Amino acid sequence: MTDVNLGMPRLPAPAFPADVHERLAADAAQVIARYPDSRSALLPLLHLMQSEEGYVTRTGMQFCADQLGLTTAEVTAVATFYSMYRRKPSGDYQVGVCTNTLCAVLGGDAIFAALQEHLGVGNGETTGDGKVTLEHIECNAACDFAPVVMVNWEFFDNQTIESAKRLVDELRAGSEVTPTRGAPLCDFKRTARVLAGFPDERPGAVAAGGSAGPASLAGLRLAHGDAGAGTVVPPRSGERPAAASPEPAEPGQPPARHPSSHDAPQPSSDSDPRHPAGPVTEEDE
Amino acid sequence: MTVTAEEVNEAGPEKILAPVLSANWDTPESWTLDGYRAGGGYRALGKALAMSPDDVIAYVKDSGLRGRGGAGFPTGMKWQFIPQGDGKPHYLVVNADESEPGTCKDIPLLFANPHSLIEGIVIACHAIRSHHAFIYLRGEVVPVLRRLQSAVAEAYAAGYLGKGALGAGGDLEITVHAGAGAYICGEETALLDSLEGRRGQPRLRPPFPAIAGLYACPTVVNNVESIASVPAIIDRGKEWFRSMGSEKSPGFTLYSLSGHVARPGQYEAPLGITLRELLDLSGGMRPGHRLKFWTPGGSSTPLLTDEHLDVPLDYEGVGAVGSMLGTKALQCFDETTCVVRAVTRWTEFYAHESCGKCTPCREGTYWLVQLMRDIEAGKGLLSDLDKLNDIADNINGKSFCALGDGAASPIFSSLKYFRAEYEQHITGRGCPFDPTKSTAWADDDTSAHLEVNA
Repeated sequence: MTDVNLGMPRLPAPAFPADVHERLAADAAQVIARYPDSRSALLPLLHLMQSEEGYVTRTGMQFCADQLGLTTAEVTAVATFYSMYRRKPSGDYQVGVCTNTLCAVLGGDAIFAALQEHLGVGNGETTGDGKVTLEHIECNAACDFAPVVMVNWEFFDNQTIESAKRLVDELRAGSEVTPTRGAPLCDFKRTARVLAGFPDERPGAVAAGGSAGPASLAGLRLAHGDAGAGTVVPPRSGERPAAASPEPAEPGQPPARHPSSHDAPQPSSDSDPRHPAGPVTEEDE
Repeated sequence: MTVTAEEVNEAGPEKILAPVLSANWDTPESWTLDGYRAGGGYRALGKALAMSPDDVIAYVKDSGLRGRGGAGFPTGMKWQFIPQGDGKPHYLVVNADESEPGTCKDIPLLFANPHSLIEGIVIACHAIRSHHAFIYLRGEVVPVLRRLQSAVAEAYAAGYLGKGALGAGGDLEITVHAGAGAYICGEETALLDSLEGRRGQPRLRPPFPAIAGLYACPTVVNNVESIASVPAIIDRGKEWFRSMGSEKSPGFTLYSLSGHVARPGQYEAPLGITLRELLDLSGGMRPGHRLKFWTPGGSSTPLLTDEHLDVPLDYEGVGAVGSMLGTKALQCFDETTCVVRAVTRWTEFYAHESCGKCTPCREGTYWLVQLMRDIEAGKGLLSDLDKLNDIADNINGKSFCALGDGAASPIFSSLKYFRAEYEQHITGRGCPFDPTKSTAWADDDTSAHLEVNA
C-alpha cells in the first residue's frame, strides 16, 4: 500500500506560542494594511509563515486563516497552488537549477544531474545535514546568463558543473556565499521575510551586485562603441544534422511505450480554419 | 526596413542600437533616486502632471506605444478604456511576473533602473485617475525585490508618492507585491486573482479588467517595460518616439539575445531590427556553429529558423511569418540542439504550469508530454506525429487563456519546420544528438576553433 500524501493538514493545528503569535500578528497587521482588501495579504502572509518555520505548516495556515477571516480550506488551496511554498521541512538553502529548455541545453541538465549525484539527493530532497534542498526550477528570467542556478532566489549566473558543486560545498560548509548579482546569501527564512515585504535591513544589501550584470550591458557597451562586431553565420542551405543512427533496441519490434498509451486521446476533426483561435484573443488582448 | 550586413557594419552599432531604458545601466548606483535623477529622471513627471489626465492618455495613444508584455495592445487605448466619473476606485497593476521561457528584460530593467517604472506609474495613475498602484513582481527574484522596495521607499521620501503626489488632494500609494511561483500569474486576469489572494487562475472575459478588474474595479494591467517607456516618451516627445520603428510599431524596445550566441544580453534598439542585424553587431553565433532555430518572443511564440533571419522584429513583421513578436526573447539554438528535446522540455513546462482550470489545456498538455517523451526516447510511432498535431489543435484557441495557445505553438511550429527530425527519432529509435555538444562549455577544450563560420 503506497502512502499517498495529499498535503492536507491534520486538524486541529497547534497554535503558535503566545509570544510568537503576538509578534507575527503585529507583522501581519502591517502586511494587511498595504491592501484595500485583506485577502490580498494571503500570499505575503504565507511567505511570512515560511520565514518563521521554514515551510508552510498547518499552524501557519491556521494563523493566516485566523488573521484574514478565511477557512483553512481556502488557505490550503492557495498554499498548494504556488511552487515557492514548501510543504515539508527543507534545507536552509533552496538550490534550484534551471532546467527549462535554454538553460537545460546549455548545461542545466548536466549540472542538475551532477548535483544530484554529488549531494546524494533527488529532486525536492534535502541533504542529511539540513543545509541544502535541491530542485529543478523553471525559467527564472536570466536566459542571457545561462546556465543559471538560483539559491534562495538569488542569481548564480553562467554556472558550470564544477562551479555548482563548489557552490553547494560552500553552502554546506557554512562559508559566506555571494551571488553573481545580489546580496550575500542569507538563509531561507530570512529570505522569506523579504518576500513577505519586510525590507532587508543588512547594510549594503540593496547596493550589492552593482547596477547590472555583464550580459545586461552587452548592447549598451556596443552602443558606446566598446566592442568589435562579429559576423553572422549565414544558413548553410539544405544541410541536415548528421544522424548518429543508434541501434534500435529491439530491431523489428514495436517500441515499448508508457503504460497508459491506450488511453491517449483518439483522433478528432480539424478546427475550423475560419476560426483558428477562440474567444481569448478578443478586444483587450 | 531592410539593412544589409554591410550597411550594419558601415553604420556601426552606435547607429543601430538605441539605449533609452538601458542607457544608465552602466552608471554607478543607477538604481537609486539620485542615480536616476542624474540622467534626467523625474523630469517627465512634472510635464505630465501639468497636463490634464485626458491629454496624457491622448499623448501616449498618439505616440503609438504598444504593450511590451507580448500582445502588443496599444497602451494609450488600454488607459482610455477606463470609465471616468464612475465613482469606483481605479487601479494600475504592473505585471512584473516575467516568467515566459526566454524572457529576461524586465528583471534586469528593474534591477538597474527601478525608478523608470515608478515614474511611469505616477504618470499612468495621473492619466487613469488611480490612487493605488500595485507592482506584482514574481517572487523568485529577491535581489530585484530589494531594489524595488528601496526605490519605492525613496520615492515616498521624495514626495513622488504618498499624500499629494498627484497634486492637491491627489494621493498615490504603490504596493510592491511578491508572487509565489506560478507562470500563469503572468496572464493578466490570473494575476488579478492571485493579487486578490487566490489561486492564480484566469477569469472569463468579458468583463475585461478595464471594467471589472482588481476588486471588481476598473483596472489597467500593463507590463513593466510598457510603463517604464512612458517617461521617456513624455520627456523627449512622441515625435522622437515615432522617429524610431515603423508606423504601426513605433519606438524602441529591449531585445534579449540568449542561447548559442557569441554575446548574449540585452540590446535596446528601434522596433523592426532583424535577428541578422542583431547577431551581426553582437558577434554572431558561437564560433564554428550556425543558427538552427530560434524563438522571436519566448517559447509561446512559434519558433522560426535560419530562413527568417531577415524578418523585421516588429509586431507586423513577425506576425507575417506566422509567429509573434511576443516579449522579444530571442532564444537562439545552433545545429547541436535537438528540436525534439527542446520542445519536450517546453511542453513539460506548460503541463507543469497549466493551472488546471480548463480541460483542453490541463488534459491536452498532459498528453503532449507523454507523446513527446516517448518520441524523444525513441519509443514513438509515426502516427504519433499526427496525434501530437491533433491534440495541439484541440488546445489551441479552445483553452481558457493563452497558456494553451502557447503550449501548442512549439508543437505546431517544430512539426512544420523539423518533421524530418521527429521522424528520425522514431525510425532510428532514439535521439541522434549528443547533448554534451550543446552545452555552454562544449567547445572550451577544442583547439581554438575561432574562425567565424561565414
